[in-house]
Amino acid sequence: MEGFMYPNEVELQWSVLIVLYPFLTGLVAGAFILASLERVFRVQAVRPTYRLALLTALAFLLVAPLPLQLHLGHPERSLEMYLTPHRASAMAMFGFVYLWYLMAVLLVEIWLDYRRDIVLMAQGSTGIRRQLYRLLTLGSYNISPGALHIDDRVGWVITLVGIPSAFLLHGYVGFIFGSVKANPWWSTPLMPVVFLFSAMVSGIALVLLVYMATSAIRGKPIDMRCLDTTARYLFYTFVIDFTMEMLDLIHRIYEADESFRSLDFMVHSRLFFSQIVLQIFVGTVTPLALLAATQLLKFAEQVRKWIYATAATLTIIGIFAMRWNVVIGGQLFSKSFLGYTTYKVGFVAREGLLSAIALMILPFAILLVLIKILPPWGEARATTMQADGID
Amino acid sequence: MDKFRDSAHLIRLAAVFMLGAMVFVALRTVVIPKSFGRYGFYRGDALQEITSRPVAYAGHDTCEGCHPDVLAVKSKGVHAHVNCESCHGPQARHADDPGSVKPSRPDVAKLCVRCHSENIAKPSGFPQVDPKEHAQSQACNACHQPHSPGFDGEGQK
Amino acid sequence: MTLNRRQILLLLPAAAVAWEFVLAGTPEESPNYKSSEHWWGMLLDITKCIGCGSCVRACTMENDVPAGYFRTWVERYHVSDWHIENPIVDSPNGGADGFLQSNLTGGKNFFVPKLCNHCSDSPCTQVCPVGATFHTDDGVVLIDYNYCLGCRYCIQACPYGCRFFHPERHTAEKCTLCYHRITKGLTTACCESCPTGARQLADLKNPKDPIHEFLKTHTVQVLKPHLATGAKMFYNGLDGSVR
Repeated sequence: MEGFMYPNEVELQWSVLIVLYPFLTGLVAGAFILASLERVFRVQAVRPTYRLALLTALAFLLVAPLPLQLHLGHPERSLEMYLTPHRASAMAMFGFVYLWYLMAVLLVEIWLDYRRDIVLMAQGSTGIRRQLYRLLTLGSYNISPGALHIDDRVGWVITLVGIPSAFLLHGYVGFIFGSVKANPWWSTPLMPVVFLFSAMVSGIALVLLVYMATSAIRGKPIDMRCLDTTARYLFYTFVIDFTMEMLDLIHRIYEADESFRSLDFMVHSRLFFSQIVLQIFVGTVTPLALLAATQLLKFAEQVRKWIYATAATLTIIGIFAMRWNVVIGGQLFSKSFLGYTTYKVGFVAREGLLSAIALMILPFAILLVLIKILPPWGEARATTMQADGID
Repeated sequence: MDKFRDSAHLIRLAAVFMLGAMVFVALRTVVIPKSFGRYGFYRGDALQEITSRPVAYAGHDTCEGCHPDVLAVKSKGVHAHVNCESCHGPQARHADDPGSVKPSRPDVAKLCVRCHSENIAKPSGFPQVDPKEHAQSQACNACHQPHSPGFDGEGQK
Repeated sequence: MTLNRRQILLLLPAAAVAWEFVLAGTPEESPNYKSSEHWWGMLLDITKCIGCGSCVRACTMENDVPAGYFRTWVERYHVSDWHIENPIVDSPNGGADGFLQSNLTGGKNFFVPKLCNHCSDSPCTQVCPVGATFHTDDGVVLIDYNYCLGCRYCIQACPYGCRFFHPERHTAEKCTLCYHRITKGLTTACCESCPTGARQLADLKNPKDPIHEFLKTHTVQVLKPHLATGAKMFYNGLDGSVR
């Protein structure tokens, strides 16, 4: 500890797991927005990533509550948030936003899009897989053109509703921080906006990487039109995100309220590596420059692939650093503005690095399982696309 | 009719959701604590749980009830407004059972010094000394009677 | 033992109160307490605080506060010259063992006792997701230890740093204004043990309460008034440098 802190402030309350949580929900929101680009805004070019984006969103959404459960002092009481939710509390209301998004948006949309394949696989498989698919059909085997058309229409509406739901999902997380007037590092109306756009950026970057990785693993050629379009949307979203973050920064520096000196010192000392180096230079300026280059200059296909993969990886690192800087940064300085503390993260501890790493790997393991159960590609998919008039 | 048949699966989906909602509502009535909401948005029984905690400090009125002699001395001196347990520590258990629970004598060396050792942040009118210089390694109560520690012109008050 | 008139006058009120205790039965019950008749606050007189730490020790003993955590604590300020934006502040072990003489000279130096402000518009109860922390009708903010999830949102939301995470109970924890005492006609442990009267409990609904009278006739402040928390711990003689 340096300087003076209120005696109870020296120990951090929210750990790396609470950094992980907005990171994971951000990836969900971002992946979903990418998927909705195709469905609602009819950006046909990104169709090859549609199902992959939905499954990615689901995999990460399923893991998202786990860091919270590991963090809670009494995880066995977590159901109380649904039983007696305090309506004034953003955290309580978020429980319902999460539930709504998981149940009414994501699962329904995936089910509707995959229903035909589920029915075909229920009829074509054996053993446990057959039972699983039969369960997923909910007992209805109607895949007539009429039924599929209704699925398509309803799916469209769900996606349409899903866009503001995804905005709400991650905007709310931003609000959980942004509404805390006690903490000047968090308290700003821009927080939900910044969180949302950085979420979209990280989600699009993730789906881009997953698409490239799965194509490479499957030995299938990458649809360059899809990749270029996805990268373009990543660039646009990033520009908006960067603008919002710069607006917050400039506003803080200009107004220089009572917290400014303390926060400024913190950024230049404790948060120098994670904020200046990792978030700003490595995670924002570099990928923006790389992506801008691909928009302004013509590069060969192979070069573009490398640029996109690098930019997307750096982006994801940068967005993780941003979550770290918000959550951990907000607890490193004293609310007396007279001192600082340090965050000692354990390794093999309930809220330690090992848990964080495991929770970051788990969604990919789940995604693998989901891909096996609900293949985004393959014959069934090709047939579906044919039926929809896409070659 | 066709339209109905073609949306039958959606009705099944809706039924699954309805079932979930009903289970949730039923769960609520069983699991939410009965006293929740009795006084406000909290578990009413919590108030009783909190107030039923046993007290550790008896309060000076209780001490003075049994020790009027000490009170008589103290109320004439400069420690008149210093409550008994401020120096003697929590004595509720002693007050409840004076026969078997005996308070221990405060450690004068630490106790007096905490209040009276000079410190730049103490109000200037407050009696404060450099303990080593003032006491010359004698105990404080060698000269000062703790219940009425002051001195007037003719010696101890 | 003969008593003169002055001694009897001093003894009578004490005896009356003691008798009331006898009549009220065992100290653990408080059947006569009506929360709607009270609105609790406290006066903290900076001009009287000597930084002895009795309040911190008393609170620890009354409420089993775990070591290293503080329901109440005392800060020492050193303000050199006119720079009230840069005080030098320390609070060794929360002031529980008093303060050693500092080597800082000159300027303004004083002690500031701090505790939960029992805000009437508290940000901590606003953010609790499950209703585990709440206001009572008499203006005390409490925590339900059997309902708290340990999410620590309330600890983040408190602008005064008065909340902490109980290391054994794994719930949020803070000053309860000795609710188990004030509902029985006693004062808080910290006020009881303060030797100079720097801390005094106030019943803001009682017009005859002497502190209530004090607040009406003296210049008092609350901490961080710009946050509009409705804090009820009033400070007499609070310097602008106090954070």
